[in-house]
Amino acid sequence: MKPGIPYGAASIEFLQPVYIESAAAITGQKEGDGPLGNLFDMISQDPLFGAKTWEAAESTLQKETASLAIGKAGLSPSDIRMIFAGDLLAQTIASSFGIAETGIPYYGLYGACSTMGEALSLGAMAVAAGYGNHILCAASSHFATAEKEFRFPLGYGNQRPLSATWTVTGSGACVLGSTPPVSNPQKSADTMRFHNGCAVITGITTGKITDFGFKDSLNMGGCMAPAACSTIYQNLYDFGRTPEDYDAIFTGDLGMIGQQILLDLLSEKQIDIRNIHKDCGLMIYDNKTQDTHSGGSGCGCSASVLAASILPEVARGTWKRILFVPTGAMLSKVSYNEGASIPGIAHAVVIEHRDL
Amino acid sequence: MDYINAFWVGGAICALVQILLDKTKLLPGRVMVLLVCSGAVLSALGLYQPLTDYAGAGASVPLLGFGQLLWKGMKKAIDQQGLLGLFTGGFTACSAGVSAALIFSWIASLIFHPQMKK
Amino acid sequence: MSTSEQLKKQKQYQQYVKKITPSHSLPLNMAKAFLTGGLICTFGQWILNTAASFGLDKETAGTWCSLILILFSVILTGLNIYPRIGKFGGAGSLVPITGFANSVAASAIEFQTEGQVFGIGCKIFTIAGPVILYGILSSWGLGIIYYTLKIMEVIS
Repeated sequence: MKPGIPYGAASIEFLQPVYIESAAAITGQKEGDGPLGNLFDMISQDPLFGAKTWEAAESTLQKETASLAIGKAGLSPSDIRMIFAGDLLAQTIASSFGIAETGIPYYGLYGACSTMGEALSLGAMAVAAGYGNHILCAASSHFATAEKEFRFPLGYGNQRPLSATWTVTGSGACVLGSTPPVSNPQKSADTMRFHNGCAVITGITTGKITDFGFKDSLNMGGCMAPAACSTIYQNLYDFGRTPEDYDAIFTGDLGMIGQQILLDLLSEKQIDIRNIHKDCGLMIYDNKTQDTHSGGSGCGCSASVLAASILPEVARGTWKRILFVPTGAMLSKVSYNEGASIPGIAHAVVIEHRDL
Repeated sequence: MDYINAFWVGGAICALVQILLDKTKLLPGRVMVLLVCSGAVLSALGLYQPLTDYAGAGASVPLLGFGQLLWKGMKKAIDQQGLLGLFTGGFTACSAGVSAALIFSWIASLIFHPQMKK
Repeated sequence: MSTSEQLKKQKQYQQYVKKITPSHSLPLNMAKAFLTGGLICTFGQWILNTAASFGLDKETAGTWCSLILILFSVILTGLNIYPRIGKFGGAGSLVPITGFANSVAASAIEFQTEGQVFGIGCKIFTIAGPVILYGILSSWGLGIIYYTLKIMEVIS
């Protein structure tokens, strides 16, 4: 039997649902102080996560989150067929060094802040195709490593414009599987199953690089909103759906300005998602009291919010069908210095509630 | 009196540069370069010395004053050594400031560790 | 779509984003910069006056002033206080010599994990390097003009 059907130009519908067996999220203290603080599995007060360098700290963070997700599914690392994971650092060292210790076959991904969407898309394709019964998808970001990689040393006294976002120190991981999450009366597992409900991936829309010639690296929302618009539009068009077919549409880290742009761009195309749109970057911090300006950002932002807040709600049945569309800004320090524009990308994943 | 002059002139220079930062999105590194170069040019044209005479530290502490220092050292070196002064003047003039920044910072790297922003 | 049409569209988008992007209140930011920069310069003036009272000449007093301000800035950077001053003061903490020292110290502290030579050694100049290069270069250029005018006896 065929695993799925390609729809339109960029979408796939999976004929057999891909089950989300478990999800885990670990964050830093600032995220723990935010509105979603009590939903995360663990909050580390030590921004170094016990390591000596920021990079090693992010590796530890991602490794711990991955192990936690595997444990919550009631599995051991040897049960996992492969890992799709990524982060924001050059050559994705946080993932490679973190995941290395698990000994699980690994694909490293770079999708900037859209990495969780990319990982879930590839993971779902692999599960649907029958290439593995359990596949792990993970992404992480760390405020300190991102500042170092893309901006200034931490001790440098600069002012951030109001359009700037705050990189989330956090990681999210999900185990995808071909069988429903087990219900475990012995409580040795803590799967993504609430009573008889669970969350499944039923389709994806792969994003394309979208470049509006925008160059302001301190206004990521402006760089990425066109990509989110393009992917959401493509998803609706390919599946022949309207926004009413979704209970909620989550973008990753557009922030306040990016959200405004996205709504405006979509309304130009006669699509109104005003009432169902949410942005993980706006959910994770309280902008008024936490001084994060435009909102949270980084792969860890959408990944941790998905694992801690969105997936449990879908499994509970609060939402029957949602679209998860994390966005990424595809720049490097070199491309930026050489005057290149900052193109964006967004990958959409359709997640639905299923009764078992 | 000299405290008041230093305060308002130094403050005014910073407030003007703030316009540059907020309105042009020039990154801090570029602004620092701009200030030092402008300081050197203004001093060479003889326009900066009057401000230094009036405001003291208000004119010499901002990076414009660093540019002035460079120009003064350059002029002195050329007057004394001629052509060779072109290559000794700049570094001689700023040697104390640059050495102090480098040495103190290196020592700081032994003592302190990077910390998260709040 | 032709290139000119595309450029026009990009420009329209940039203007639109600029319009909806909020910014800090400029007068408030300027006031904060004025206060911060003013206070740092006043402290500098105090050092100058103190040095003069010890009988030092102007040039030596100025050098001591730079040294002490740089030392303070490096210590405040290490204690993670200077970033907070910078966040409040903006240009007020960037423009004085203390801002230069902050950029050197922040890089030295941040990149110590990458080693003495390729970490601290190279990257200590990440932000301050351009200031030194273009400061030296511009004074050299001005020096050439001065030297030429001097040879041609335009100026004495």
